[in-house]
Amino acid sequence: MSTTVTWREIDLGGSVAGGTSEKYKTGNWRVEKPVIDYEKCVRCLICWLYCPEPAIIRNGNEVKIDYDYCKGCGICAEECPKKAITMVPEEI
Amino acid sequence: MMTEALARQHRIALTGNDAVAYAVKQANVDVISAYPITPQTFVVETLSRYVNDGELNAKFISVESEHSALSAVIGASLAGARAFTATASQGLAYMWEALYAASGLRLPIVMALAARALSAPINIHNDHSDFFGMRDAGWIMFNGEEAQETYDLTIMAFKIAEDPRVLLPVVVSYDGFIVSHAITNFYALNDDVVREFLGVRTTGPKIDPENPRSYGVLALQDSYFEFKRQQYEAMENSRQVIKEVFQKYGEISGRNYKPLKEYMTSDAETCIVAMGSTVGTARHAVKTLREAGEKAGVVGILQYRPWPVKEAEQLFSRFKRIIIMEKVVSPGAKAGPVYEDIAATLYPNCNVKMIDFTYGLGGRDISTQGIIEIYRKGKELIDKGKTDRVHFHGVRGE
Repeated sequence: MSTTVTWREIDLGGSVAGGTSEKYKTGNWRVEKPVIDYEKCVRCLICWLYCPEPAIIRNGNEVKIDYDYCKGCGICAEECPKKAITMVPEEI
Repeated sequence: MMTEALARQHRIALTGNDAVAYAVKQANVDVISAYPITPQTFVVETLSRYVNDGELNAKFISVESEHSALSAVIGASLAGARAFTATASQGLAYMWEALYAASGLRLPIVMALAARALSAPINIHNDHSDFFGMRDAGWIMFNGEEAQETYDLTIMAFKIAEDPRVLLPVVVSYDGFIVSHAITNFYALNDDVVREFLGVRTTGPKIDPENPRSYGVLALQDSYFEFKRQQYEAMENSRQVIKEVFQKYGEISGRNYKPLKEYMTSDAETCIVAMGSTVGTARHAVKTLREAGEKAGVVGILQYRPWPVKEAEQLFSRFKRIIIMEKVVSPGAKAGPVYEDIAATLYPNCNVKMIDFTYGLGGRDISTQGIIEIYRKGKELIDKGKTDRVHFHGVRGE
């Protein structure tokens, strides 16, 4: 949502064209961020299965966190069988 | 009545509820959803019969609560349907959150409300507690005094709601039991006249798979305020639209509506203000008072939201005294909602003295004699300057 749109131009009744959630970066809601220790990570993808957003990016053998959308719920850290994910407080 | 106007209509005797159902049938609605049990009125029972008998080609959706009824109608309206529901009392209270969704989504829904008291204690009879409870929900709000007005307003409601300058839901209220269950004669427009007047719904939000959009979206600090400001403007726009629809309907039917109904007001010094079936009784009381030499008049409220600010300002500033009768109580407030609207309209150029009476809660009857008593007591209290609180008429112990 552009912050320059006034009430005169804004779409009727709070309706918007599709696809806007992609532009809405929910990563800034986060208080703690998950950090993967790749020494411990075995690429089992349990975190990928459990992430409710989904904010675990899986690319071939690579696993990483999508910090644009990760809300920091910590489920991945809780579920990781290798304790490879640590929740680290965000800097203010 | 003009002969041409008469040729467009027929005389019919129905209850207030059936007058609404008849108007909704003629409006050729696409979807009706309702909770079919108490506190529902037989508006929807009659409509379900019309649908069953093939007199109305609509989808009738029975649901398990009023919250679901309005929600189903919201969905239908979003799909582009002309949609209707009806309720009363606790049913309206149960719809509360969906009321705001309907107006916020800018849906031209029409709802009938047989105005009744709210619990506790449990009561099924008429007052205006439910009606005033939805005051700030963003709905256009009308009140019909009897079957004729209620029928006419129901038809006009669709025209107003669906105007592209408005796109807001409309509630048409009428007094529970007194109007809803009493059979009276009235003029109904012929089916083809209503069809031509309303046409089919072509405006407002409409879900389109070819052009997908999100409805009912999350809008936080960066945009919610703009949406609400735009919605406020739609209500402002409705003032002009209502005027135009009243005008056009008057040309067709010969019945010319105004937001505020006046009776013997031109030279009146003391004016009684009321809403609903009481207005008719008040006219009778004023007739009697006039015979006794009193310069009395009546103003009946037909259009409550948008509050007719300009009309109210011109009209109410003419009087010396205004006695407001309200079938609702607002505990802890300076006065009832109608008093506050009139006071806010006249401020700060206000030389008019006003007094507020709560009466008729839970269906307690109001008679011509009762209104004459309110008039005399109200006038006396105003002249003594005792207008600092709400007065109660007809309650034991007062």
